[in-house]
Amino acid sequence: MTNDRSTFAPPTAGWWPLFGWVSFLTFVFTQVYAVLTSPADRMMGHMQKMMYVHVPAAWVTFFAFGIVLLASVAFLWTEDERQDLLAASAAEIGAVFCALTLILGMFWGRPTWGVWWSWDARLTSTLVLFLIFVGYLALRSFVEDPQRRGQWSAAVGILGAINVPIVWMSVKWWRTLHQLQSDPRSLEPVYLRGLLLNFLAFTLLTVFFIRRRYEAARYERAAEHASQAAALGGYNG
Amino acid sequence: MAFRDDMRRVRAIVWKDLTTERRSKAGFNAVASLGVTILVLFGFALGPDAQALRDAAAGALWLAVLFAGVLAFNRSYQVELDGGALEALLLYPGSRWAIFAGKVLANLIFVTAMLVIVVAVGLVLFQVTVPEDWGKIIGIMMLGVIGLVLLGTFYAAMSSRSRAREVLLPLLLYPMLIPVLLASMEATKAFLRGDLMNQAGAWAQMLGAFDVIFLVATFLAFEYVIEV
Amino acid sequence: MINSVQKSAPLLAPDLALDARGVARRFGARWVLRGVNLQVRAGEIVGLLGHNGCGKSTLLRIVATLLKPSAGDAYVFGANVKTEGDDVRRNIGFFAHVPGLYDDLTARENLAFAATMLGLPSADIDAALERVGLTHVTHERVRGFSAGMQRRLSLARLVLQRPRFLLLDEPYNNLDTAGIALMNGFIRELGNAGGAALIVVHDLATATPVLERTVTIREGRIAPATPDDAAHLAGSPEASVVPSGAAGIS
Repeated sequence: MTNDRSTFAPPTAGWWPLFGWVSFLTFVFTQVYAVLTSPADRMMGHMQKMMYVHVPAAWVTFFAFGIVLLASVAFLWTEDERQDLLAASAAEIGAVFCALTLILGMFWGRPTWGVWWSWDARLTSTLVLFLIFVGYLALRSFVEDPQRRGQWSAAVGILGAINVPIVWMSVKWWRTLHQLQSDPRSLEPVYLRGLLLNFLAFTLLTVFFIRRRYEAARYERAAEHASQAAALGGYNG
Repeated sequence: MAFRDDMRRVRAIVWKDLTTERRSKAGFNAVASLGVTILVLFGFALGPDAQALRDAAAGALWLAVLFAGVLAFNRSYQVELDGGALEALLLYPGSRWAIFAGKVLANLIFVTAMLVIVVAVGLVLFQVTVPEDWGKIIGIMMLGVIGLVLLGTFYAAMSSRSRAREVLLPLLLYPMLIPVLLASMEATKAFLRGDLMNQAGAWAQMLGAFDVIFLVATFLAFEYVIEV
Repeated sequence: MINSVQKSAPLLAPDLALDARGVARRFGARWVLRGVNLQVRAGEIVGLLGHNGCGKSTLLRIVATLLKPSAGDAYVFGANVKTEGDDVRRNIGFFAHVPGLYDDLTARENLAFAATMLGLPSADIDAALERVGLTHVTHERVRGFSAGMQRRLSLARLVLQRPRFLLLDEPYNNLDTAGIALMNGFIRELGNAGGAALIVVHDLATATPVLERTVTIREGRIAPATPDDAAHLAGSPEASVVPSGAAGIS
């Protein structure tokens, strides 16, 4: 790697801890606000409040994948290891929120449709997205050489990201062809403000989580470089 | 001049891949047999009710091709890995994309040949009547096969050189191929039913777009995964 | 120029076949090479020594662009192995541990494939086969070849290529006396024509007829030359007298 020096030093904390507090507080506030101000749903009762986690979680899944895409492209372009670590961190956090979206989606759908899984277009696409994340993370775990791991995951991440809109479209078409029941997805305005606030809170929180994961990865890498310096006996390329 | 050299390299690789495959005697027969076996298993799983079989024919066919095809993709790199010939291949001057193009074309021929056999058996086992515009079905299938082979050849460049290669290739490849699977299956089903609503055209366009997008993406990304 | 395959020689074209500066390479947590500085001039035949696992093959593979250095740089006739790999590959011929042949193709088909891939579609394959003494198996599949025959076929591939810089990883393994003579003859021929060679050797005796100097890798770096190194080669009529300080030490 031409730019190993950039990952020699551990990351600086900077204003990130403050950012973390801000995002947590925002999250607590928006969740409480949304829960308190939303009326019970006709069909679902107060279970409807799950939406305030489920929908933002879906949004940040795509947000995280977007970071994977950008960081992967940046890594192939600059050969800067930090971009590879960022992509990997975003993929992990994205996978977690994707799983959360899926689980909440299943709980959401159960009262409405009576089944745990109805092959609903959006949820199905999210499942495929989850599988793509899992493939990315599995690849990383099977490759040890950092350079090979970085380049391979970047390629897989970019191709996966390109495919997301295509998967989305094809699953939607597939569902409209075999439409058995309608998707009750229109959102009444009274829920909207709480939702948008939570979008913001979740985005902040995700950025913070990715940053923390990234810092952990940087510490690992810096430790590896330190052992390099020791092995080279003072040589610091 | 350099381009002509690269075209020669592509042809050489196609010839080499197909010849070694033919002479090794194991490859194609085993993969085609596997495709047929999977089809039979689907027959057991879904049948023996004739209508159920006919409804499921397109899906079973594509899954058989998908599962058997994965073997073909890993094998196409195996020949190089066994004798250390991959290094020799990488040491030749010239563009990396020529290597990819050669392998994609060879795999295309291989998978198409397998598809012919699996389709022939599938028509019989699943009691499918061939419609008049069977040419269009072949067209759709070829679009699907192109997408399959492009991504399969690309991902196998990595999986064949890592641990757990048997599980890594399907794990990476199958989620990526879901659009191809949906489009090919639905278009085939539509054709078999007479395509009253001309749905197949839309699916064909999507398949075409998928193929073009990933043709460009895989060719650009190949040198990053083969060199390292 | 030795060979028309080097149509696009690097612009700098200095007379250094290899200029390695601080080349280091790690595998996982283990540092195999820890800062190798080595220069090989055009026309030089250099032997690379060291115990098993010391990194000789790794260094060779880095120069051949098969591996990227974890740190440091290396230039082959002025081309950087990290960024100008294609230019480097045009100038080198690599002879690996594994033959890198296709078992199900015949000797002739293997060479024909190599020739096309090298951009030499009209190379004289039969002459190359004759030179390495494999004419009698021209149309036999490599699967039935002995290890020595496979080595000779790999040599034939180098004969076709006639590269400016030979990188040989224990080339004498599995070769009989005649094979060794063939190999040394080819190396010497390229050396006389202005080429260079870096040869990883185990058994110095087989290689001394062609080697001009040796360097040893110890603990991931080029070890300082000792009087022993020169003494090994002193008896050879081909060896030029090289002061120990010039053995490419940083």
